[in-house]
Amino acid sequence: MSIQAPEAGWFRPPSGGERTWMGLALVWCLVMSAMMPFWHFKGQQNSTGESYTVEPVKFIERVERFVASNKVGEDKGIPIVEPAPGGDAYLLGRMWSWYPILKLKQGQTYRLHISSSDLQHGFSLQPVNMNFQVLPGYDHVLTLTPTMKGDYQVICNEFCGIGHHLMTGRIIVE
Amino acid sequence: MSTVITSPDVIPEAPPRGNHTSGKVRTCATTGLSVCLDAQRFIKLNAVFAVVFLALGGIAALMLGLTRWPAVHLLPADWYYRLLTFHGLNMLIFWILFMEVAILYFAATSLLNSRLASAKVAWVSFGMMAVGAVMVDAVVLMGLGDVMMTSYVPLMAHPLFYLGIILVAVGTLIAVGNFFATIYIAKRDRTYVGSVPLVVFGATAAAIIAVVTLLHGAVVMIPTFTWSLGWTGPPDPAWYRIVWWGLGHQSQQVNVCAMVSVWYLLGHVTTGAKPLNEAVCRSAFVLYILFINLASAHHLLVDPGVSAGWKIWNTSYAMYLAVLASMIHGFTVPASIEVAMRGKGHIRGLFGWLAKAPWKNPGFSAMFLSLVIFGFLGGITGVTLGTQQINILAHNTLRIPGHFHTTVVGGTSLAFMGLAYYVIPLIFRKDFYWKGMARWQPYLFAIGITVMALGMSFAGSYGVPRRHWDVEFSGAAQAAGFGSGAHLMLGIMGVGSVLAFVGLISFVLLAVAAVFFGKPIEGKMPSWGEAPVVAAAKPAVPAGAHDDHKAPGTMALVIILLVSFVVYYFANWKALSDVWHVR
Ligand code: HEM
Ligand SMILES: [Cu+2]
Ligand SMILES: [Cu+2]
Repeated sequence: MSIQAPEAGWFRPPSGGERTWMGLALVWCLVMSAMMPFWHFKGQQNSTGESYTVEPVKFIERVERFVASNKVGEDKGIPIVEPAPGGDAYLLGRMWSWYPILKLKQGQTYRLHISSSDLQHGFSLQPVNMNFQVLPGYDHVLTLTPTMKGDYQVICNEFCGIGHHLMTGRIIVE
Repeated sequence: MSTVITSPDVIPEAPPRGNHTSGKVRTCATTGLSVCLDAQRFIKLNAVFAVVFLALGGIAALMLGLTRWPAVHLLPADWYYRLLTFHGLNMLIFWILFMEVAILYFAATSLLNSRLASAKVAWVSFGMMAVGAVMVDAVVLMGLGDVMMTSYVPLMAHPLFYLGIILVAVGTLIAVGNFFATIYIAKRDRTYVGSVPLVVFGATAAAIIAVVTLLHGAVVMIPTFTWSLGWTGPPDPAWYRIVWWGLGHQSQQVNVCAMVSVWYLLGHVTTGAKPLNEAVCRSAFVLYILFINLASAHHLLVDPGVSAGWKIWNTSYAMYLAVLASMIHGFTVPASIEVAMRGKGHIRGLFGWLAKAPWKNPGFSAMFLSLVIFGFLGGITGVTLGTQQINILAHNTLRIPGHFHTTVVGGTSLAFMGLAYYVIPLIFRKDFYWKGMARWQPYLFAIGITVMALGMSFAGSYGVPRRHWDVEFSGAAQAAGFGSGAHLMLGIMGVGSVLAFVGLISFVLLAVAAVFFGKPIEGKMPSWGEAPVVAAAKPAVPAGAHDDHKAPGTMALVIILLVSFVVYYFANWKALSDVWHVR
């Protein structure tokens, strides 16, 4: 009686197929709820959201220091920077490029600090397809271990103005 | 009273005394429901505006689809971003909200046999919403608000953009207040007996969530507005995202509630279905109210500023009990239809009832396709993408629009279209032209949206971003791009969007032609070329014998659903385990 008042005595427990289905659905919801904490402890891919507030100008300074002390080359005027294995690496998102080019080693773990000096950006590593949000004022730290060698692109997948689709970067893994 | 065409003797005996002012009410000759003429005016106004915004958003949609189809690449970059902003706002906010206000006014008056609490308040609400929406559209088309509907700070639009949104939100809040006031006077004046009907219950759940949602909207939009005027500093971007999604996500739950209510309504009027167990259906609505308020977390799963514990807790606690609610409705709605159809003698095999369903009635086909698309595509993808770690693979890729075009478009919007096939003959009392076109319109829209969403989803799985003008990245400092698989999927998306557009614009044409130029009809539903639903001489199952309500076909359908769900869910975990390690 979807559009009329229910019959008297409508309040009763579920029965039959309805009850079976509710049971199945509940079990499935619990399985899904358990998967996330499980993966957090046992899985290798997690977004912990580790982050620190940082003034954009301070972050730019840190990036410049990182580039100055770890630069190993240049591509079309953009520095290629190789952080120490196990060390800190920096990536700055700005309208409209990712700066600098990073050179990493397969199997090594880095603390990659990402932030923005202007708008929100989307760190999108291709073709691996891993995506993280980047906000101005927040130093987002990814403890990252490249598992494959290759030449990877970083694109931006958060709208950041008219040049958004031109915003690219590069990560080389050896 | 499972009736669409009733003979007088099955109209509910002596409906309880209404509280209408004389001359301000009529009785619907088809359903026997009383229709408050004030409410009717605002149902009409809101529905007409809704369809106008749907048409505007639809034209933009076609251009977007043709731009993201690489072989066509129609619009220049600035107009792509502009129309993307325009499309999101006109569709997700204006079309949906105006329609929902119409539904609230209908549910609180006709279904409770009450008058509308206040016509003046309804005018104020309508005026604010209409002015706000027109203002936003004008600002966006003038190029002063290329910020996407999410308007993430510190991207800044013209102050009138934010003011327009605030007007729409407050106007809607006022309409929701009018809804509650109507429920209150109906109760006070005892215009109905017993509990409120299920559809009113669902609408009330939607209204409660809407209040919470719109308050979030006010909290986030007001400081953004004052910032755009230069009066205050910029809002913190992480704070903005949390609160904005309190609006953006929860409003989706309003849509789900409204859609499920429409499913129950249409299931009833098209096949005579009635819920097997009212307590179950109502409890599921209560789950929505209780457990959805933090699900905005699943938009922030790869954000800085919020911890893993916060993400996981808010995703699973808030979402999975709301998911449970949807899974329950996903069973109870088709099961009620199955029982009704079997009661009419369509008992052949598992799916004989389904084969004999009124597929030529666009009210039914829209409703059932909406159910299937929402369940099999929208629901499964939504829960999977909203899983904390899996979101790493999907955040801001085309998988996201691929998902929500199967919830709020193939689900909610299609259900609302189905509703319109009843609102136009019963509230506007106008007949449709081109019945044949009306019969296939829901199928065309459903197929188009499904094809488009699949194209988007697969392109997104290759990493193709959403909100992005050029997947070739021509002119970028560092080369980037996608392979032929992604291009193929974008082409499929393009074809689907053209089909969906034709389906959408057919609906608009049918509605506009009927409302403005249709032949007036009094109390007769148009015939869709099949026997109308007639009241069963006696209830198929005597009251009390509820356990005999068997729905084996529905059981088979939901088991297929669950299996697909499990497979898709774990396939995504597998894909995740292949990417770089990250903590
Ligand atoms: C003919 C029907 C439709 C077609 C062909 C269509 C197509 C599209 C396309 C191509 C995009 C752009 C995706 C991107 O490039 O990121 C899009 C975005 C979107 N659509 Fe639709 N759409 C349709 C109907 C709807 C409806 C009815 C709604 C809501 C009720 C809707 C809500 C949205 C939203 C919220 C976005 C995202 C906007 C943003 O990223 O800010 N669409 N649609
Ligand atoms: Cu960017
Ligand atoms: Cu961008």
